[in-house]
Amino acid sequence: MARFRFQVRRHAQFFFALVACGCSYDGGSLLDPKGAIAFSQRAHLYEVTAVTMIAVLPVLLLVPLLLWRYRYRNRAASYAPDWDASRGLDLVMWGVPFAIVAVAGTLLWRSTIALDPYRPIDPAGAATRVQVVGLDWKWLFLYPDDGIATIGELAFPASKPLALDLTSDTVMQSFMIGALGGQVYAMPGMRTKLHLVADDHGRFTGENMQYSGNGFHTQKFVASARSDAEFADWLRAVRERAVPLDAAAYSVLSERSTKDELRKVFKDALLDDGTVAFRIDDPDLFDRIIVRYRGAAPVSPDVQPGSPAYRVTPSAGDRP
Amino acid sequence: MIDTWTWLTGRLTLDSLPFVTAWQSPTASTLIGVAAASLVVLGAAATVLLLTWFRLWTPLWRDWLTSVDHKRIGIMYVVLALVMLLRGVLEGVVMRAQQAAGLGGGFLTPDHFGELFSTHGTIMIFFVAMPFVAGLINFVMPLQIGARDVSFPVMNQISLGMTAAAAMLVMISLVVGQFSTGGWTAYPPYTGRDFQPGPGPDYWIWSIVIAGIGSTLSGINFAVTIYKERAPGMTFFRMPLFTWTALCAAIILIFAMPPLTVAALMLAADRTLDFHFFTNDLGGNMMNFINLFWLFGHPEVYLLVLPAYGVFSEVIATFSGKRLFGYPSLVWATLVISVLSFTVWLHHFFTMGQGANVNVAFGIATMLIAVPTGVKVYDWMATMFRGRIRLTTPMVYSAGFLILFVIGGLTGVILANPSIDYQVHNSLFLVAHFHNVLIPGVLFGMLAGYHYWFPKAFGFRLNESWGKIAALLWILGFSLTFMPLYVVGLMGMPRRSVSYTDPAFEPFMLVSVVGAAVILAAVGALAVQLFVSIRDRRANAVFAGDPWNGRTLEWFTSCPPPPYNFAVIPEVTQRDAFAVAKAYGGAYQDPPQFEDIEVPKNTALGFVLCVAAGSFGFAMVFYLWWLAVLSLLVVLVSVIASSFEEETGRILPSAEVARDHRRWLEAVRAASPVDRTKEESPENRGHAARELPEGVV
Repeated sequence: MARFRFQVRRHAQFFFALVACGCSYDGGSLLDPKGAIAFSQRAHLYEVTAVTMIAVLPVLLLVPLLLWRYRYRNRAASYAPDWDASRGLDLVMWGVPFAIVAVAGTLLWRSTIALDPYRPIDPAGAATRVQVVGLDWKWLFLYPDDGIATIGELAFPASKPLALDLTSDTVMQSFMIGALGGQVYAMPGMRTKLHLVADDHGRFTGENMQYSGNGFHTQKFVASARSDAEFADWLRAVRERAVPLDAAAYSVLSERSTKDELRKVFKDALLDDGTVAFRIDDPDLFDRIIVRYRGAAPVSPDVQPGSPAYRVTPSAGDRP
Repeated sequence: MIDTWTWLTGRLTLDSLPFVTAWQSPTASTLIGVAAASLVVLGAAATVLLLTWFRLWTPLWRDWLTSVDHKRIGIMYVVLALVMLLRGVLEGVVMRAQQAAGLGGGFLTPDHFGELFSTHGTIMIFFVAMPFVAGLINFVMPLQIGARDVSFPVMNQISLGMTAAAAMLVMISLVVGQFSTGGWTAYPPYTGRDFQPGPGPDYWIWSIVIAGIGSTLSGINFAVTIYKERAPGMTFFRMPLFTWTALCAAIILIFAMPPLTVAALMLAADRTLDFHFFTNDLGGNMMNFINLFWLFGHPEVYLLVLPAYGVFSEVIATFSGKRLFGYPSLVWATLVISVLSFTVWLHHFFTMGQGANVNVAFGIATMLIAVPTGVKVYDWMATMFRGRIRLTTPMVYSAGFLILFVIGGLTGVILANPSIDYQVHNSLFLVAHFHNVLIPGVLFGMLAGYHYWFPKAFGFRLNESWGKIAALLWILGFSLTFMPLYVVGLMGMPRRSVSYTDPAFEPFMLVSVVGAAVILAAVGALAVQLFVSIRDRRANAVFAGDPWNGRTLEWFTSCPPPPYNFAVIPEVTQRDAFAVAKAYGGAYQDPPQFEDIEVPKNTALGFVLCVAAGSFGFAMVFYLWWLAVLSLLVVLVSVIASSFEEETGRILPSAEVARDHRRWLEAVRAASPVDRTKEESPENRGHAARELPEGVV
């Protein structure tokens, strides 16, 4: 009983936290899509399920029926111990699954090409460009066109598609905003891409899906699709609060820590909802994070973000 | 002073013991760690005490540890699998409990949870499913093809030794140090030295490498045995279906194990020798590991599930009292699956950034596997059609399998679609899917096989009531545990989450933990069944050899069979050789003459190599280089020394063979033939009456 009360309190806290910050939170997922890609994915899920049921349903119905009809004591049922072949049945047994796979395979082909995360969404030229860096255990969002970076919230105008470049500056991670579309891996020394679009304004769950250590389960963020005016306001608010993302700040991000721990370090750079705001003056930061792993110089554990041995305290003002 | 001792102790310290860490900081998590470690230590101590108390050391050594009889080796594999199953299930229950309490917290630390899902996966795949499959194949396949043993009996013993050594290493990780938190797939760079410098990933690496060598040897042994040792007249298309699946599994083993062993060794080179195969820097590329791993990993699931299909083929035909429907179809479907299993590995990482066309190709290849699998399911249903079905325990498992497995097949087809996989990859939907194929598929198959062939191994039937209770609990427990996970997976909950903040997940997690408790009860029912059956062994003895009105050659000998299996190698003229022999009165004939039979002699080589491989693995985990070198020397010397042994077999004189054979035939004649209504009663002494359609005399 005590436990139950405890649970209720926790649920209530969660609810009030939402109300208090004055935001509507949709979360969203494959079952509750909020963008064109995710809608198509859900529609495809239903199609494939329906087509495959042609082969599955008879099994669910016939197995109990066969067990009952041909139970040992039912002498009314015929018994054909040597009956073991039927050309007609063979044809059906191979033919029907083949036909199903032919149909489902065509659906698969078309949807895979249409929903390819690398395919830019029209109007591609207008897309909001955000570079995502996976760190332990937070996502860093770089807005190279706006000179800002954030942790905790990925905001974008709902009127335009979102074009993401992904990498990791630690172990492999997997970036997903289920309400809008699927996940793509973020890997150190590599750039992957993801294109998403939201149907309307809203706040959705974003997360890392690939286990990456102790703080993995906290590596979530809010993806917020805003009106153009709200997005402009948000940019202004971020710029107001932003602290420079210099070498010292980046080295704090590089250590193993959760978002909550970071918020304590960057107290002055917080927006009202807890988003950490940075200013970037190096438009090539993302590329340099990737290139560092491609060179001839080793990246030893003490300079490897995410390593328990990471020990770097560069002075403020240096380029990260 | 300390430096002088590091060569001796490597990186072993007192802190490696969970007892010490729990003493220093007693929390729920460390105490659970201590409880687990204590279970291992006490379990080992209790085993030693019992063996000493009942003076069983000599029989254990003489009849089991040094035996090269394929039947005994098969039984030891299954015992190993059942012991490890217990640990794997307990870990699963703890994880379910953690997630049930995991809304914003729970009782385990993230680190402990990470270790749990890593050992759970590693154990369930490599030390439950693999040994169970290897054990059943070992026990049944030579009997089914009318052979006296496998082609390489000593190598068979070594395979078991390697598997046992690796399993031991995973058990030791509970007591000394920590296991990896990198999951059973151990993706670098997370398992690299930069991110996990401790011994954890090394435990994973060396247990995988040692077990991998054992499995590769097993694969070679099974394939050669089926190619070379079949009874006269047993052409390929007269082999029982279980043997067919064993052959395909063996071929998959031979091709699939090396990539895993190599990938694990490359990871070891990264970690200990400063190589850069899979590191972030200096040209390393983790994607290569992932490709190599799944080049093994996907065929692996088929090598596990094919023998389970084999068991279901035997069980459904036997308990429907019919010939298997569509034998050629089933064989071709098995072969098609074996080939296709090597063409789909990329579907484990549709999300790694390759082009859409690559994903299309592998997605369609994956869907194609559904065709032969569907054919099999419908062939089994056609086998039941116009049969006379007895709902014995193996049949309950089979029915549960047919119904639940097609749901796993449906979600498999869903996952084969890259566009959907992008959403549910790495989610609990995936976890639900592979448990849905591994539990109703592989595990139900293995448990059906355990129940079906137990009388052949030990001479008495298992208790049917407890068997059915266990089977129903498994079916119920599986459904309750994993069906909710499909839903939370679709809602976007990542796998391997120690806790979560979305209250919508919680009700599903609570249902799931109830299911886990039911699964635990199922394991308990299996234990009770074993106890009750041993107690009632005399009442349910079936020495005459044919308790189920069997159709294939393994039933054409006593229960348990003599060391040489068959006094006279049977001649095969048709499929279902024993059913044919019974129908035409050719069964239970006295042969015109007996011959001397040579059986392989006992050897301690497998046991020595088991100990040496285990200590080598432990040495590599803790950098005890002297012990590693010493262990390798023992391996080298013992292998060379044993090759000088000239007398590898012993002769059983024809008189002895004749005496045993006549004793069996007398038992058959003494046992009155029972019809199938009395199958589950003590009247069933292993002599089956013929089953005829109405009106046929």
